[in-house]
Amino acid sequence: MTDLLEPRAMGQDLVRRDGELKVRGTATYAYETPVEHPAYAHPVQATIARGRVTAMDTAAAEALDGVLAVLTPFDAERLASTEDAEYAVLQGPDVGFRGQLIGVVVAETSELARQAADAVVVSYDQQPHDAELSADRPDLYAPDQVNAGHETDTAEGDVAAAMAAAEVTLERTYSTAMYHNNPLEPHATTALWEPAGDGFLTLWDSTQGVHPDRAAVCQVFGLDQEQVRVVCPYVGGGFGSKGLPHANVMLAALAARALPGRPVKLALTRQQMFSLAGYRTPTIQRMQLAADHRGRLSAIAIDVVEQTSKVKEFAEQTGVPTRMMYASPSRRSTHRLAALDVPIPSWMRAPGECPGMFGPEVAMDELAEELGIDPIELRVRNEPDVDPETGKPWSSRNLVRCLREGAERFGWSGPRAHRDGDWLVGTGVASSVYPTMRQATSTANVRYEGGRYVAEIGAADLGTGAWTILPQITADALGVDVADVDVRIGDTRYPVASVAGGSSGTNTWGSALVVAAREFRTKFGADPRDGDEASGDVDQAGQDDTHSPYAFGAQFVEARVNADTGEIRVPRLLGVFGVGRVINPRTARSQLIGGMTMGLSMALHENSAWDPAVGQVANHDLAEYHITVNADVGAIEAHWIDEHDPYVNAMGSKGIGEIGIVGTAAAVVNAVHAATGVRVRHLPVTLDKLLTALP
Amino acid sequence: MKPFAYARPGDVAEAVRDVVAEPNAVFLAGGTNLVDHLRLGVARPDLVVDVRTLTSREVTDLPDGGLRLGAASTNSQVAADPRVRERWPVLAQALLAGATGQLRNMATTGGNPLQRTRCVYFQDVTTPCNKREPGSGCSAVGGYTRYHAVLGTPAALPDPTAPETCIATHPSDMAVALAALDAQVQVLGPAGERTVPFTELHRLPGDDPSRDTVLEHGDLITAIDLPALPAGTRSAYRKVRDRASYAFALISVAAAVTPDGDLRLALGGVAHKPWRATRAEEVLRGQQLTEDAVRAAIAAELAAAQPQPGIDSGNGFKIPLVARTVLATVRGLPPEEQS
Ligand SMILES: Cc1cc2nc3c(=O)[nH]c(=O)nc-3n(C[C@H](O)[C@H](O)[C@H](O)COP(=O)(O)OP(=O)(O)OC[C@H]3O[C@@H](n4cnc5c(N)ncnc54)[C@H](O)[C@@H]3O)c2cc1C
Ligand code: SF4
Repeated sequence: MTDLLEPRAMGQDLVRRDGELKVRGTATYAYETPVEHPAYAHPVQATIARGRVTAMDTAAAEALDGVLAVLTPFDAERLASTEDAEYAVLQGPDVGFRGQLIGVVVAETSELARQAADAVVVSYDQQPHDAELSADRPDLYAPDQVNAGHETDTAEGDVAAAMAAAEVTLERTYSTAMYHNNPLEPHATTALWEPAGDGFLTLWDSTQGVHPDRAAVCQVFGLDQEQVRVVCPYVGGGFGSKGLPHANVMLAALAARALPGRPVKLALTRQQMFSLAGYRTPTIQRMQLAADHRGRLSAIAIDVVEQTSKVKEFAEQTGVPTRMMYASPSRRSTHRLAALDVPIPSWMRAPGECPGMFGPEVAMDELAEELGIDPIELRVRNEPDVDPETGKPWSSRNLVRCLREGAERFGWSGPRAHRDGDWLVGTGVASSVYPTMRQATSTANVRYEGGRYVAEIGAADLGTGAWTILPQITADALGVDVADVDVRIGDTRYPVASVAGGSSGTNTWGSALVVAAREFRTKFGADPRDGDEASGDVDQAGQDDTHSPYAFGAQFVEARVNADTGEIRVPRLLGVFGVGRVINPRTARSQLIGGMTMGLSMALHENSAWDPAVGQVANHDLAEYHITVNADVGAIEAHWIDEHDPYVNAMGSKGIGEIGIVGTAAAVVNAVHAATGVRVRHLPVTLDKLLTALP
Repeated sequence: MKPFAYARPGDVAEAVRDVVAEPNAVFLAGGTNLVDHLRLGVARPDLVVDVRTLTSREVTDLPDGGLRLGAASTNSQVAADPRVRERWPVLAQALLAGATGQLRNMATTGGNPLQRTRCVYFQDVTTPCNKREPGSGCSAVGGYTRYHAVLGTPAALPDPTAPETCIATHPSDMAVALAALDAQVQVLGPAGERTVPFTELHRLPGDDPSRDTVLEHGDLITAIDLPALPAGTRSAYRKVRDRASYAFALISVAAAVTPDGDLRLALGGVAHKPWRATRAEEVLRGQQLTEDAVRAAIAAELAAAQPQPGIDSGNGFKIPLVARTVLATVRGLPPEEQS
């Protein structure tokens, strides 16, 4: 048990501290950093998916008036470390995917840089590429581990025997599409090397973590931490794609190195983001369920096939939620990868859980239908007393309460389908889950300064609310009014902070702030003097490892399908979540409905249409890559139950940034099935998949 | 982006002369399509002649009861015009189904029908495309064909290396309504003024997919005329798309029925040009517009349709979708006014 704070500022729906700046357009983003006399960089990208650059003719580019530098793999400086192949920009002629960085132009204006980049003539030795994922490729392999350090395969009991013996079995294959994070703010950097000395680099970079960003840059350029400063007060969304720096950051730093003393700006275009900023791998999920006629599972198994890049491995942990979600004596999960000539996949909101709760939650609906049991009831019957994976008791698990309260609010009881004029209407439900994680490093300072309390930590606010809620936590830890607290974030000049990822930010940084605040009070009492300062590390915060900490939720969907055209509309989306203490209802609701909207987007719209022949995403801009727009979202509600969890941290809070996207797509598929009788097992749910079944 | 000269001449005649004098010149109106293409390198003109303030912004009554839409009138303005809303609702609906409010405020009557295909390969200068770079081939064949043609194409899976291959669609919603309405295009060219029937403005790829329309270099659209419809004509536009707003049509239907029961039908998202369904119209001529009759007519229209295979199962779904949507559109026309 941790020593829980008494909530006073926590729980209030304070407005965002950065809200006004953003509404007025005065919050400065990385590319807009006011610097003197900037130059502009534009990348040159490979137009083949595999092979070698044999020559680059830069004469025409260099001849343009105002072009300051053109770098290619043949003349760019050698980096200190090329260990991470994604970051080894311009270090060799090999091309591992279409769109890979093979050069950069720096010029007086961004237009000129772009024109000059287009003027570079590249010759290739092109090799046939291999860029098509399928579940029956002979070269699928098991990675050493999957993302976040999870085991690749797990098995308990005997799934095959349970399947053979069961009264009811279900075997289905589901798939999720390739998705691109597409934050509104593109990946952008302003980079400046000091002209004198042994090099000091400042990066104003759009990142989910200034310290991890700095660490990667230091490694690549062989610099000490003291030689690099990363600044990022505001981020125009990241959804994981700014969690680790991508190659564009290294390219910006490399380009700026050619012009010491001159700030260089580099922003990826939307099209470039489709090959350089990470993405979610498509997944193929083979599910097996075995149950008795009352719906009690005797086996649950998921076998996942997904892709990675030959350049660098990333293995999405899609099978992980199946390991702990429902009680079943036999359980199996496996991950197999195809390494292809494709861009490098990476984190996207709820890696693992988001795709990994699609197959299982549709399968549960299919099983419920097969058994004639209400899908909520089926889930309730498979509620585990302890975490099936670890055997530990839950820190708190309120899935059943979420399902029941959601059912009540949504009006679940009664028939799941009816017709309303030209529209076939159906309802669906699915569960959500997300682990409660805390990162190992983060330090906070608390200082008394001019009559105010100032806390510093290099945390990040991606629009999530950190600017607003960290003061709430600090105020309660100090026992002062939140109006008297300033928290400064987004700069490596502040103490080290972990990445805003895995919904761990509030847990991690909040815990460090609480330690620092308590230390401050212990040292200086209730009446500090100006300049008094204390610091605290997250590893000093109480950590319970005897319980299994997860957030849970339930999502309900009403889907309407046009009986003539198959067009799909979702007028109602309702979620109920058990996420521990909600620190700020305003920012929390925004995270939850934002996640649910992104889940709806995954269900109906998003689909990086991969063209294996060309080796790139065909629809690589926001006109053609559809993201759910306002007109697609009807009534959307996020609720939370009053959940008390004394085990997670001093705030009693679980992460909320990602759980909203988990399960939504399954709930939509289940609702569309209720409406039409068509079970769409391959996302997205588009009208062409429903047409033949319409009246 | 390649640098170019920008000119804003004094009047339309001068604008035409400027463009004629420079083989690599283009007109600019609202810029919502052209400026994108300048950035992407899809359009690489040496001279951009801005005509937005030169052509008329007015929507004026014609003596025969028709309406003249000045080339610079905006999509928002035309959609909101009470005369259009009342007498040509199919056009108002088509305009409102297109793009977004911001884009419609910029997009013009002259520019909208001349917007170019949304074929993703056309818009990406690193992939072969006969329309953008004649003779380079067609990357769309067997690729991302969801938004591509099923009518007016020689075959499913035409030869991707042949210089005449192009399976692109024309993306405009407005143009589908104009095709159904027998609009007339007023053109000022190097040789003077002429009128082009809207249904003859756009062309099939033929042996030159690079040409979307019959207009020649220097031809400026000055206005589009809407002929009067017989009193009591009912019309509607139905657009089917992948999201509820801000998406191009998968397919669309513009339908108008005169009090005599004559159906005028045009289809969008199915061909290289807005597709006037003349065969279906012929089949129906003189017949009652029953469900069965309409179904048979549209089946006749679609008899030559060629589904294109491709990523995510290609575009074969468009064929039944068109048939279903035509039926639904005709069924959904507002009831005849009681006299
Ligand atoms: C994201 C996005 C979504 C969109 N969605 C839709 C949609 O759903 N439905 C839809 O129909 N449209 C849609 N559009 C397209 C939009 O309607 C067109 O871009 C617009 O109508 C073009 O008009 P404009 O005046 O801006 O033309 P411009 O971009 O100025 O010009 C387009 C072309 O016409 C030529 N031209 C312009 N005026 C004349 C003239 N008077 N005479 C001769 N040539 C001329 C230009 O040289 C150029 O080749 C969308 C556009 C975008 C960017
Ligand atoms: S369909 Fe037409 S526009 Fe598209 S790639 Fe082929 S030739 Fe180009």
